[in-house]
Amino acid sequence: MVRTLLIRGLLVGLVAGLLVFAVGKVVGEPQVDRAIAFETAMDQAKAQADMAKGMPGRQAEPELVSRKVQASFGLFTGVVVYSAAFGGLFALVFAFAYGRIGNLRPRAVSALLALGGFVALYLVPNLKYPANPPSVGEPETIGLRTGLYFSIMLISIVAMVLAAMAQRRLASRFDVWSATLLATAGYLIVITLADSMLPAINEVPDGFPAVLLWQFRMASLGMQAVMWATIGLLFGALTERAMESKFRLSAQGLVHPVVR
Amino acid sequence: MSDNTLTPDLAAAPIPVREVLPWVLFGALLLLALYFVGAEEGATSVIPGMYVHEFVHDGRHLLGFPCH
Repeated sequence: MVRTLLIRGLLVGLVAGLLVFAVGKVVGEPQVDRAIAFETAMDQAKAQADMAKGMPGRQAEPELVSRKVQASFGLFTGVVVYSAAFGGLFALVFAFAYGRIGNLRPRAVSALLALGGFVALYLVPNLKYPANPPSVGEPETIGLRTGLYFSIMLISIVAMVLAAMAQRRLASRFDVWSATLLATAGYLIVITLADSMLPAINEVPDGFPAVLLWQFRMASLGMQAVMWATIGLLFGALTERAMESKFRLSAQGLVHPVVR
Repeated sequence: MSDNTLTPDLAAAPIPVREVLPWVLFGALLLLALYFVGAEEGATSVIPGMYVHEFVHDGRHLLGFPCH
């Protein structure tokens, strides 16, 4: 049962990955290229200024992986592995959540989990530490930035799970609508507190085009929205369909409906 | 819970935790895959060199991970 769900999750994640790659290629790559052009121009300007002052110019670093490979196979591998992995993890969470977050149909459970995943694992961490194009970010602070990014992600997902558990408790006392609003408010309070306590990071270099930064971040948001929407809706639809045949048998008294 | 009492056959039956638990190990493997796409050869490094980082470079930026 769990095995079937897991395989379905991985396959749905794979499909999502192909769509994310298409969005990334069309919407994301032009912004990456522009950001790299900005970086190159800055480096050249700096090298020329150094030369004028009589200092030795910095040698350009050799390219380990060509831009062409980075923008095709590299991007493809990155987003497909990422999406398939999330598809699999999503299936495991679904296997646990189904029947435990209220009497909801599989497609509703799937859609809600995907919405929760998108908000907790991408939207909230990125409101605090947004995605950055090349040339934004000091190499020396990578340790700090990585630590902070995963910290807010961890706080966010733990708060989301606690909110979901609280919603269940509250739903037995109030109605589901009020319970959901209270749990959501609780999540937002935790996130607002974490947001105000964690340090801000701004490493956008002077002169970096604001429009390019916005477009890059919107491309990143779009890719994530496509991935979570595909996983949530496709996984839900397929699981629902697999269950409906069970329901038909169940109506004939042949088998008790279980999710698979 | 209460809205389906008239159709108990349609109640969502949870999968027993003991059936889900063994697969968590597989989930850990998936987390490892996420690590290699998102963070390897950044703040921490398992494989020497920068090849993994450079290969998934564009995806890492666009997926929102801190890169370099």
